[in-house]
Amino acid sequence: MDNILVTENIVKDFGSFRALNNVSIEVPEQSIFGLLGPNGAGKTTLIRIINQITLPDEGKIFFNGNALQPNDVHFIGYLPEERGLYKRMKVGEQSIYLAQLKGLSKNEAKKRLKYWFDKFEIGDWWNKKVEELSKGMAQKVQFIVTVLHEPKLLIFDEPFSGFDPINANLIKDEILRLRDKGSTIIFSTHRMESVEELCEYIALIDRSNKILDGKLVDIKKQFKTNSFEVGLVTDEKDKLLQEISQKFSVSKAEFKSLEDDLKLRINLSNGDTSTDLIKYLNKRALINHYVEVIPTANDIFIQAVKQNS
Amino acid sequence: MIMNKLKLIIKREFLAKVRNRSFIIMTFISPLIMVGMIALVVYLSKSSMEKINVVAYVDNSKFFSKNDFKDSNTIHYIDLTEVDISEAKQIVQESNHDGLLFIPKKDSIEQITESIQFFSQETPSMVLISSLENNLENKLEKKKMLQLNIDLEKLEQSDLNVDIKLSNYSGEKSSKLVNGIKIALGMGAGYIVMMFIIVYGAMVMRSVIEEKTSRIVEVIISSVKPFQLMMGKVIGTAGAGLLQFFIWAVLMFLMLVAGSYFFGMDSMASVQTAQIPTDQMEAVATNDAQFAINEILKLPLFSMFIWFILFFLGGYLLYSSIYAAIGSAVDNETDTQQFMMPVIMPLMIGVYVGFATVINDPHGTVATVFSMIPFTSPIVMLMRIPFGVPWWQIALSLFLLIITFLAVIWLAAKIYRVGILMYGKKVNYKELYKWMRY
Repeated sequence: MDNILVTENIVKDFGSFRALNNVSIEVPEQSIFGLLGPNGAGKTTLIRIINQITLPDEGKIFFNGNALQPNDVHFIGYLPEERGLYKRMKVGEQSIYLAQLKGLSKNEAKKRLKYWFDKFEIGDWWNKKVEELSKGMAQKVQFIVTVLHEPKLLIFDEPFSGFDPINANLIKDEILRLRDKGSTIIFSTHRMESVEELCEYIALIDRSNKILDGKLVDIKKQFKTNSFEVGLVTDEKDKLLQEISQKFSVSKAEFKSLEDDLKLRINLSNGDTSTDLIKYLNKRALINHYVEVIPTANDIFIQAVKQNS
Repeated sequence: MIMNKLKLIIKREFLAKVRNRSFIIMTFISPLIMVGMIALVVYLSKSSMEKINVVAYVDNSKFFSKNDFKDSNTIHYIDLTEVDISEAKQIVQESNHDGLLFIPKKDSIEQITESIQFFSQETPSMVLISSLENNLENKLEKKKMLQLNIDLEKLEQSDLNVDIKLSNYSGEKSSKLVNGIKIALGMGAGYIVMMFIIVYGAMVMRSVIEEKTSRIVEVIISSVKPFQLMMGKVIGTAGAGLLQFFIWAVLMFLMLVAGSYFFGMDSMASVQTAQIPTDQMEAVATNDAQFAINEILKLPLFSMFIWFILFFLGGYLLYSSIYAAIGSAVDNETDTQQFMMPVIMPLMIGVYVGFATVINDPHGTVATVFSMIPFTSPIVMLMRIPFGVPWWQIALSLFLLIITFLAVIWLAAKIYRVGILMYGKKVNYKELYKWMRY
């Protein structure tokens, strides 16, 4: 698959502070790409460099195969984390203005805005001033303005903050629909459940360095510990536990089951395979639960950041 | 494409300023307030001039006679010489007269001059005191001359009056009145430029702060360059200011036409002077309004207007870009205080140096130097121009101004670019210097 965006060895210094150190990422076309990292890691700086708000000191950026051009801003939509609108300007007028800055004609902007305003059922806000809107309402307008010019690349920084669950869901569905229609989405967030739910690829930035990137599935494979959760039905729990403990490294596990079974988390570190484990357990008890422990995005995030420090 | 976006920004900034309620109020109400103020001042000074002061006097010196205290246009004298000074004080206080003049008994005229006193409830006006002094001085001088055996009649015959007529080498006559007009024109232009820079510069600054606090700025600069946003804002705001000037000029013109009908003046002559609003009120107020208007028309009004616009734009661009940089560096208006001083200072210096030096010596060293320094030149040069400045000086001054504003805009843009994305940081000059090098 082609990459819509590639950054190569991006370096950015602010005085003596290095905000980004040789950061290279590749964002495949029509994917949802999670850009993760702790606060102050350099995510926002990287996003601003992609938006040509800040210039990198070193490194190259390719958009759609070519070096990033000033006019490429027309093909990028950006919803910053800290966002807002002109408070004393009317919603409609302001939306047209922002769309025009993204290169749409006035008529085209009006037409598309009507479509979106109808879709979100906010048509009667057109002549209201932004200061009369609630925060959630303003966020909706902001989202529409971000996607209105149908950009090839959409960058959302914490898109769900400020939305109630219903509207967050609405926005999430729109993001997925935009992806299906051909847009690529870079998605920066701290909410790991939405990473889990939406992102196909991720990159993790910690203290100015990219410490991890790739397909989320591959990363999970890389981070899996070869551990299995098992539930064993037996009359002599203590005896069995002792026996297994001698062969494998074992810890207690918690999950729901109907039986009063022995719940264990078994780590296969000595070269045994899953088949070996099942064979071994099968001889000793009835297996009513057997599942591979898959690391969550949250686990990976915490572990990777810990390893880096 | 870049020009299109700049146009969009300029348009938005212009409309945002012009639609603002305070802009509309300022534009239409302030000329009325100004006219009202002038009318009030004229009325008050007239009525205070017409007021007759009642002054009682006790003359124990015997140097004066009743004839020496004849009522004048403004002073009515009451003779209380017959009563004792302490009693006289009481009478004056009770009858609410304006004051009591006390001339003690002395041996010589010289001693008298030092010992005359004036008692009053409130501090008397300078005008009253100096007219009393003039009167007494006159009378005493005559008595002294008699003592010295000087023939008063011959002295009066020898009284001559010299009136020097001014003209330049090409033979154009000028008069002291014209000098006054030039001063008024120059001062007015310089003052307007200063006021405009402060008011509209602050407007640019507030608008930058508003974009920062409403957090829209990052959305905007993902579409346009920060420099475009800054320049769009500066130019759009200037447009609003020019519109305000224009409306004021039209209003002044209408008022002048109305005023000239009221004063029965030739309205065609005043039509031609409408370009110089500061001067009109004065011209109307003067008795020789017609003469003044003719004199004004002799001045190179068109080129003065061009210079005014050029220096005004140069000064505005220079300062408003600094204002924009300041706005970008802070989170709210209260934090701007520490940076305002160095901005307002040169403007103030310009105005005061102009007032102090240009009137006395428009082409002296101080005035010339300050009309070259780019931070004061828009004010001081405009003050000098009505007096005739060699073209090369104007050209040099403009050149320096342009070079400087290009440099300042460049630096301001560097600060602005970093500042608009900086939140919650207490900014000082060191920090600003750092930003310039990011």
